[in-house]
Amino acid sequence: MTAPSECFHCGEPLAGRAVQWVRLGDAEVALCCPGCRAALQLIAGLGLEDFYRFRTAPSVRPTEIGEWLAYDEPAVIASLCRQEPDGRAVILLIDGLTCAACSWLIGRALQRIDGVVRTSVNTASGRAQVVWNPDRVALSRVLRAIAELGYRPHPVTPESSHLQVRDERRAILKRLAVAGLGMMQVMMFAVAMYSGDFNGMDEAIRAYLRIVSLLVATPVMLYAGWPFLKGAAQALRSRSITMDVPVSVGLLLAYGASVINTWRHAGQVYFDSVTMFIFFLSIARYVEMIARHQSVGVTDSLSRLLPVTAHRLAPAEAGAIQDVTVGQLAVADRLLVRTGEVVPADGEITLGATRVDESMLTGESTPVSRAVGDRVAAGTINLDAPLRMRITAVGPATLLASIVALLNRAQAERPRVTRAADLTASRFLARVLIGAALVCVFWLAVDPDRAFAATLAVLVVACPCALSLATLVAVASANAALARRGVLVTHADAVEGLARATCVVFDKTGTLTQGTVTIGRCMPRAELPAHECLAIAASLEAASEHPIARAFSGAVARSVASDVRIVAGAGIEGVVEGARYRIGTRAFAAAGGAEAGTAAEDIAAKADDDAAIVLGKAGVELAAFTLGDAARAESARTVALLEEQGLEVQILSGDSAEAVGRLARQCGISRYRARQSPMDKLEHIRALAARGEFVAMVGDGINDAPVLGGSGVSIAMGRGSALALASADLILMGDSLDALPGAFLLARRAQRIIKQNLVWAAGYNLTAMPLAAMGWVPPWLAAIGMSLSSILVVLNSMRVMRRPAPTAAPAATEPAAALVGRSSS
Amino acid sequence: MSIVFVLIPLSLVLVGFAVWAFFWAVGAGQFDELDSPAWEILTDDDSKPPQPPAGGSAPP
Repeated sequence: MTAPSECFHCGEPLAGRAVQWVRLGDAEVALCCPGCRAALQLIAGLGLEDFYRFRTAPSVRPTEIGEWLAYDEPAVIASLCRQEPDGRAVILLIDGLTCAACSWLIGRALQRIDGVVRTSVNTASGRAQVVWNPDRVALSRVLRAIAELGYRPHPVTPESSHLQVRDERRAILKRLAVAGLGMMQVMMFAVAMYSGDFNGMDEAIRAYLRIVSLLVATPVMLYAGWPFLKGAAQALRSRSITMDVPVSVGLLLAYGASVINTWRHAGQVYFDSVTMFIFFLSIARYVEMIARHQSVGVTDSLSRLLPVTAHRLAPAEAGAIQDVTVGQLAVADRLLVRTGEVVPADGEITLGATRVDESMLTGESTPVSRAVGDRVAAGTINLDAPLRMRITAVGPATLLASIVALLNRAQAERPRVTRAADLTASRFLARVLIGAALVCVFWLAVDPDRAFAATLAVLVVACPCALSLATLVAVASANAALARRGVLVTHADAVEGLARATCVVFDKTGTLTQGTVTIGRCMPRAELPAHECLAIAASLEAASEHPIARAFSGAVARSVASDVRIVAGAGIEGVVEGARYRIGTRAFAAAGGAEAGTAAEDIAAKADDDAAIVLGKAGVELAAFTLGDAARAESARTVALLEEQGLEVQILSGDSAEAVGRLARQCGISRYRARQSPMDKLEHIRALAARGEFVAMVGDGINDAPVLGGSGVSIAMGRGSALALASADLILMGDSLDALPGAFLLARRAQRIIKQNLVWAAGYNLTAMPLAAMGWVPPWLAAIGMSLSSILVVLNSMRVMRRPAPTAAPAATEPAAALVGRSSS
Repeated sequence: MSIVFVLIPLSLVLVGFAVWAFFWAVGAGQFDELDSPAWEILTDDDSKPPQPPAGGSAPP
């Protein structure tokens, strides 16, 4: 049997790790860490091993299960939970919920806890609602059960947005059903009337069919069509023109004329066109809503960035540790932040020295040293040693919250893509109304008997249905085509923005690079060759869960190290093939001998060696490793393809000039800026826009969120921070840049098809209108022409979807379920 | 042909019933989550009930 290369549970590479074998069913499976083993054994113990067959993405690596006792405090429960008739209900936002199999697993596991009344897990929104009986089970038990499965639950306050989303979805579904069923009925009557026109039909039956059509079309118009009418009224009140205005005028004209003709017992009725139009528009609205709901709300993102609980130290100096929720923290509280934990609030270190990963905030890839008196920001990760801190800011006063505020401002001020089609349609409409009035006056003067029929024909011929559908359907099918290629569209005007882009600006960390620490160079300092050093280092680091240690997991370990001792904040000591080695900070590795543990002070002194890891043997330095963040394999390829399309490519990064410059050379990008704060980035984007460039920004981090919000069109990496996802117009699923050049091409093709549609619809209207004005077009012919031009426009728009993109990305063939999946961890 | 004067109102009643049934289903939350219920059925027939280690009855 060949050895598996990846962990069965989380999919991490197994190379260089102490592999744990577990029997699952008839086979032995390999796991990378005790956390994964615990999760798998729990899943198997519950009889849920089918999860592994049905899931569509590897699970999240369970890092720390933790205690959730803070959630058993009555005050916390009162603020988070709702009283239901059969228990208490809480809404949990679950990190790592990537596919339908995950939600099935969580649902099943929770239902087996005695005292859980019912659960519902929603994959699309990443939320679960749990109703439990507080007399029989504690909330902390429920949360721990989810954490044990390898997910990370965040109880959220029962805010109204969740209910709003649900109600909007329900309302739009009901409208869709009314429009669809009504359309079928009216179409049936219309077919009868059309055949009656040719084969002869009793006038009584004709009148009867008209009245029945009116009866069915009226609820469709007033219920399913209500959002369009309301939107148009609102737009007119605020003296602006939206797509709703021409749509509503077209609907009201066709419906009004049909009502009058029904009442007159003469002429043509257009109820079939009215209901069909409303049905198509409702489908477009539904598709748009689904995409919108899939993007994460900003408030949700904030609660995901911070840990759920904090360890507060009691005021007394020798105080006990108390687990509280982050919401209970206040300024001047003293906290303990353990190794690997996220700092819950802004503060000042009072004890301890460590390195902090601030890449989420600053984009800087290497961890920075922090010691007593230094400030640490909420949302950063404590890497090396436990530290004690005093809080200086919580909640909205933190640096993190200020970035969110910047994002909100940038989004409010963003340069909107003007909807060209909206303007065309509404200008056209104004002219049609004036024209119809003139025709009416003319015929009243010449031949009053024909005035009504001719005016009506003009209005029906000129109905801007095709004109309004021209953009809507093309954009909807472009969105669907992009989704199939692994690009999720979350804003309505994203496609138009992509097509107009002239300049693509990339963030560095996590966008052009992989965003994880990898080994840069291995520099042997003694007689031992580089690959030997690397193998020994990998053996030692396999014992650790530290992010830096995981950089070595790509290297092939020699053998499993024995007698391993991990010194927090310093390094690892262990025996490999009979010899005792040390790896870690230079001070630790070169010290050798017996003494150790004073290293916490040493790293503060050795701040300049941050990026270097040293392997030592008995006080002799064997090799130094530089740590870096490697470029993605597809970065250079993507940049070349984009430049081939005539797009200007730039890098904006918060990282050092040296690191950015090296990457720019690797990817063949000549323009870059380093050491940019979120504000600097936003300024730069605005300067580009002022120069006439239309900027497409690609980013992933929290520090990119404001600039994503402020650029012409924004694209976030699917594995990026939740905040970046929330502020992006498009999301690259599948964690690869490969789909990007194809997306630009597809957007431009969609834009070309929209132009064709507009030319066709306007051309048809302009040629038919003079004929109608002369009274040569009978209203029934006008109605058929209107429907045909709408159908032609719809069919033409479908071409966006059909033709495969020339640069179809290999990574875009993920199953549809994975489209909803994203992890912010 | 006068039968249409009966049949069409009858069909409208049926449509009305269909709309009512759909509204009820939406209101009862049948359409709130369309992804995971499809997976439920896959696990019902071919998975074994949880096997307690030795002589135990139901899992806790």
